[in-house]
Amino acid sequence: MKHLLSAADLSHKQAVRILDTAGQMAATQAREIKKLPTLRGRTVVNLFFEDSTRTRISFETAAKRLSADVINFSAKGSSVSKGESLKDTALTLQAMGADAVVIRHHASGAPHTLAHSGWTHGAVVNAGDGMHQHPTQALLDAYTLRRHLTGAGDPSGRDLAGLRVAIVGDVLHSRVARSNVQLLHTLGADVTLVAPPTLVPVGVDAWPAEVSYDLDAAIDTKPDAIMMLRVQRERMSSAGGGFFPSPLEYTRNYGLDARRLAAMPEHAIVLHPGPMNRGLEISAEAADSPRAVIVEQVANGVAVRMAVLYLLLSGSGATTETNETKVDA
Amino acid sequence: MSPRKYLLQNVAPYGGARTSVLLADGVIAAMGADVSDDEATIVDGRGLVLLPGLVDLHTHLREPGREDAETIRTGTRAAAMGGFTAVHAMANTTPTQDTAGVVEQVWRLGREAGWADVHPIGAVTVGLEGERLAELGAMADSQAQVRVFSDDGKCVHDPVLMRRALEYVKAFDGVVAQHAQEPRLTENAQMHEGVVSAELGLAGWPAVAEEAIIARDVLLAEHVGSRLHVCHLSTAGSVEIIRWAKSRGIDVTAEVTPHHLILTDELARGYDPTFKVNPPLRTQRDVEAVRAGLADGTIDIVATDHAPHTREDKDCEWAAAAFGMTGLETALSVVQETMVDTGRLTWADVARVLSETPAKIGRVSDHGRPIAVGEPANLVLVDPDVRRVVNPDEQATKSGNSPFRGRELSGCVVATFLRGRATVLDGASCDEDVVVRR
Repeated sequence: MKHLLSAADLSHKQAVRILDTAGQMAATQAREIKKLPTLRGRTVVNLFFEDSTRTRISFETAAKRLSADVINFSAKGSSVSKGESLKDTALTLQAMGADAVVIRHHASGAPHTLAHSGWTHGAVVNAGDGMHQHPTQALLDAYTLRRHLTGAGDPSGRDLAGLRVAIVGDVLHSRVARSNVQLLHTLGADVTLVAPPTLVPVGVDAWPAEVSYDLDAAIDTKPDAIMMLRVQRERMSSAGGGFFPSPLEYTRNYGLDARRLAAMPEHAIVLHPGPMNRGLEISAEAADSPRAVIVEQVANGVAVRMAVLYLLLSGSGATTETNETKVDA
Repeated sequence: MSPRKYLLQNVAPYGGARTSVLLADGVIAAMGADVSDDEATIVDGRGLVLLPGLVDLHTHLREPGREDAETIRTGTRAAAMGGFTAVHAMANTTPTQDTAGVVEQVWRLGREAGWADVHPIGAVTVGLEGERLAELGAMADSQAQVRVFSDDGKCVHDPVLMRRALEYVKAFDGVVAQHAQEPRLTENAQMHEGVVSAELGLAGWPAVAEEAIIARDVLLAEHVGSRLHVCHLSTAGSVEIIRWAKSRGIDVTAEVTPHHLILTDELARGYDPTFKVNPPLRTQRDVEAVRAGLADGTIDIVATDHAPHTREDKDCEWAAAAFGMTGLETALSVVQETMVDTGRLTWADVARVLSETPAKIGRVSDHGRPIAVGEPANLVLVDPDVRRVVNPDEQATKSGNSPFRGRELSGCVVATFLRGRATVLDGASCDEDVVVRR
């Protein structure tokens, strides 16, 4: 694995391996001294063309815990806002010796272009591109699901076979949904997408997922987890596309509130990639309930991103036993 | 120095029986197996097919305004290399070809370049803004004698404005060539809307956005009794609508591009903007439908939509890249490979869809003529038996955005003659002849 561009690129074996490595990383994070020397001397660039506080901080934390040097390059206030192209930015970072580029971009496919253009020799990690992919989000979601829903004891080596997950909300514009559908399928889970028909893409029939327009009916099928997607209020206005009549109607039909939470199986958990629109797609009761693992997702995000950076940057030995031992040490 | 004569020996007009053809004084001077001429340059035509010079109804020459992507000189030289003797230059230049002055300038630059006749297309609306009619009559009456009007790149989406344009051009036997794209259904659209766009997360350009406009326009054309030309039709549904319109006797013609005959939206998977084009590459089912439509005559012509772009406009992320691909130098090969090699068209049909009918639609009287004694010597010689690998770096067009880079295609142009003068000979362009002429 040279880059991480799409959840679809991950085999079952690779995905489980990342989750297992993330588990080892998480174990080190319980220690008093959290920093590992693993990536000392390596440089990770966070190249963010789109506003994102939490994902950037998560990647930055992950890289620093592995002792990498971190450069944050955000479009605002940089030469990018003066019209510098992705290409020239990439060439500049290459000249400065980036070993890995973590990129977030508003254009779908920009990380793919960066990885295959020859503009940079470093590993490219997709931190969200347009409506396309956000693979580390899917990995941290899978990690969270595995921790809670695959039984007691160390979950290492397990996948998500047989788990049933409902993904609810703006599927059309969501890179989180696309990444999760693919990764959850790879790991053996069954996925149901729940959304108003206007927020489901044409062509969804080719995805390995069921589609439902009825959240209550989907909850009646007793899913093990429900993943709420962020819905932008602006989507209702005609300028935003007019995808639903009003936020109130959206909340009524597709919001996760106390009643729907109570209708879910007792063991079922609630996920949300954040940032949440409380009162729109998720009520305060649901967001703050003990079954919501939303804050834990953030912590797991650091562990998963440590695992990804480690596996990509620890050289040819990414799949060897010696490297695993090093992490454990 | 007297103009050269050419004797094309053992050529097969329309792929039929072999004969020899003498070109002198700009016309076909003689035809027959025993024709000879001591002064003529002999062209050995064994195995070669002779067709009337190709006529492109849809070319972007980019001059004036984007001479960094193409000039009238480089674009028409590319046309000659592709076997074309006449091209229609689209109106979306800077300044726009919406006045008599600009279309005359383009027409004159074409004459000076000398590689192929340039027939400027006039904009339907001022600045392609879709708000008010450009001075269509002035462009028709200018030296450029514009007969084809198009806002190509943009759709004349206002139904009243479209109706007026269709009516108005009747006064000078013009035609409106519509770029069928419902703008609201395609805001920020990046590629064909379907399975691939859903996966890639690129905003979709649905087939219905093309089909809805075509359906409206054929009904408008019927209502006002005008003729309509549909640019670069790309979907199975569009073929059905044109078929229906023709069965009703509506005066509509339609074109398909070479790339829509052979490429599909699967090519977007690598996010290579070379494959970003408008209308977008569609599905295999659509490719099949446009081939069938071209074979049964529903689609009248093939037009290139040659759209050169600079490196910087394509060397970037998909969403930031420009729409369009070059096509003049590969069009005939694509038509041969998809339609002739598969037995769906004869070479006489190729002459019809790439020369005779486009000339008729554009009201160009001296191109697309029969291969017969006394006719203008606008001709192309094709070797259908070679296979060649496309290398955009070696093409005459100034831009490198060919979707066929590295791909092997059937056939190649051996020679092109414009009024008896070779613009291409032995597969290479004839700079010398251009110099001689001046």
